[in-house]
Amino acid sequence: MPIAEKDVKWVEPPKLGLFDYLYVPAVVTGLMTTARHMFQKPVTQQYPEQEPDLPPNYRGVHRLNRDEQGRVKCVACYMCATACPAHCIDIVAAPSPWPDREKYPETFVIDELRCIYCGMCEEACPVDAIELTSLYDLTGLSREEMIFDKEKLLSVYDQTKNSPKDPVRTSAGRLSVASEPPRETPKAS
Amino acid sequence: MTPFHFWTTAITIAVVLFVVLHVVAYMILVERKVSAWMQDRLGPNRVGPWGLLQPIVDGAKMFLKEDIIPSHVDKVFYILAPGVAAFTALVALAVVPFGPTDPSQPERYQFVIAPNIDIGILWTFSTGSMAVYGVILGGWSSNNKYSLLGSLRSSAQVISYEIPLGLSVLGVILYAGSLNLERIIDWQVQHGWNALYHPLAFLMFVTAAFAECNRLPFDLPECEQELVGGYHTEYSSIKFGLFFLGEYTHMITTSLLFAVLFCGGWHLPFGLTDGNEWYHTALKLVSILGKTAFFLFFYVWVRWTLPRFRFDQLMGIAWKLLIPLATVNLVVVMVLREYEAPLWALTAASVALFVGATAFAARQTTPPVIRRTGNIHGLPTRV
Repeated sequence: MPIAEKDVKWVEPPKLGLFDYLYVPAVVTGLMTTARHMFQKPVTQQYPEQEPDLPPNYRGVHRLNRDEQGRVKCVACYMCATACPAHCIDIVAAPSPWPDREKYPETFVIDELRCIYCGMCEEACPVDAIELTSLYDLTGLSREEMIFDKEKLLSVYDQTKNSPKDPVRTSAGRLSVASEPPRETPKAS
Repeated sequence: MTPFHFWTTAITIAVVLFVVLHVVAYMILVERKVSAWMQDRLGPNRVGPWGLLQPIVDGAKMFLKEDIIPSHVDKVFYILAPGVAAFTALVALAVVPFGPTDPSQPERYQFVIAPNIDIGILWTFSTGSMAVYGVILGGWSSNNKYSLLGSLRSSAQVISYEIPLGLSVLGVILYAGSLNLERIIDWQVQHGWNALYHPLAFLMFVTAAFAECNRLPFDLPECEQELVGGYHTEYSSIKFGLFFLGEYTHMITTSLLFAVLFCGGWHLPFGLTDGNEWYHTALKLVSILGKTAFFLFFYVWVRWTLPRFRFDQLMGIAWKLLIPLATVNLVVVMVLREYEAPLWALTAASVALFVGATAFAARQTTPPVIRRTGNIHGLPTRV
C-alpha cells in the first residue's frame, strides 16, 4: 500500500554556519565529551569477584522441583519434551510408586549443550516441575558431563531452592485432575 | 662548535633509548587505559597494581611468541622491514632536544643526542619519512593483497602529508632564522611561543603529523575493518612488535617536535626558567617532558574521539585543503617578515586566513540534499 502523503515527513539537514565549517570547534566539543567520560564511573563488573546482578527471569540451568515430601514433582507427561524446540529432553516414564499420580519419570535427561534456554519446557509443564534457574556459570570438561540426569537436576533444585532469585513458583505438590478446571495456584512469595 | 665527548654522547644515547623504549611500552598501556576510561570501562587491571606491569607482560609475550615467517614471502625484505621501521623512527630522535639547551653556551651539557646540528629539523623530517620504507617493504614482501593495499595507502598518505608538514613549519624557521631546533627554542625564549604567532601553522602541523604517524583519524594503512590488519598482517611476534615500536617512537618524536617548534621547548612563561641553577635545569626538564606527555596524551585522546576518514577524504584534506592553505600561510608570513610587521600581526593574519579560508570553502560547498524519512517504497525520492 502506498504511503499517504500526510505520513511522509520531510526533513532538511540543519544549515551549517561559518562556525560549523571551521571544524575545529566541533572537534573540541568531541574532545570535551570524551574527556568528561574519563571521569565517569566505569560500568565494568569485575566478574569473578563481583557476581552479576541477573534479572529474576534469567534463564539458566534447569532444575527438577521436588514436592514437600522430597519426591520428584514431575508426572512424566512429556509436555516439556514435546514443547522443546531443540529436542534436548529425554524422559522414560514408569508407573508411579506413589498413589497420587499415575506415572513418574524413571529417567529424566536434559542435554544442556543442545538446549537453547528458551524456557518453553517451563511454560509447558502442567505441574511446575521443571524450571530454569539463574545459574549461569555452566561449565564442563566433557560432553558427557553436560548431559544432566534426574539426580543432577534434582540436586540443582536442592542447590537453588533457597536462592532469592529462584523462588519455587508453586507451593503444592498436589496435582489437579485433568478433567477438572485448573485449580487456583497460590502466589509465590 | 660544540665539543664532542664520546662518552657523554654514548651515555646520552643509552639513556634516551632506554627511556624511549619504556615510554613506548607504557604508551600502549596508557592507550588502553585511556580508551577504557573514555568508554566508561576499567581497562587492564590484572597484572600488577592498576595493571602497571601489563607492558612487561606484553613485551614478554612479544618475545616468546612463535615467530612465523610465511613460506610465500620475500625473506630478505620481510625481515628487513620491521628493522627499517624501528631504526628510522629512533634515528629521527637524534637532533630533537628533550631538555634544557642553550646554543649560546656550547660548553654546557645540552640535552640533545647531537647538539648544534644545523640541518636539525630536516634530519628529523627526512629520517621520519624514511619510516614509510618499513611499511612499503613490509606490505610488498608479505605477498598478500591486504598488506599491499595497506602499504600503498600508507605511502600515498605519508608522501601527501609530508608537504603540509614541511610547509607549515617553514614560517617558524623563517622567523627563527635557523633549522637548528635549539635555536628555534632560543628564539621562542626571547619572543614568546610560536603557537601564539603561528596558530594556523600549528594546527596544520599537528594534523599533518597525525597523518604521518598513521594515527586515527588517519590510520588508513591499518584500517582493521577493510584490510584485516594492514601492512603487518603477516607479521608475528617481535617483528610485529618492532613495527609497533616504530609507530610509537614516531609519536614521541612528533610530540617532542610540537613542544619544541611551537610550545617553547623547555621554556616556561613568567621567568620561571630564566637561570642556570640546578633547579632551573630540573624545571626545564619537567617543562619540556610535561608538554611532550600532554601531546602524547592528546594523540590518544583524539584517537578515541574522532572517527576515521574515508580514503578520498584523507587525500582531499591533504591536497585540496592543507597544501593550498599552508602555501598561502607561508606567503603571508614571508610578506610580514619582509616588511618587519609586529609579531601580533602574524597571529591576526593567521586567524584571518583560517576564517577566510573556511568562509571560502563554505561558499564552494553545494547546498545539502533534502532527504526524507519514513517508508519510501514505490515512491520516487525527491532530491
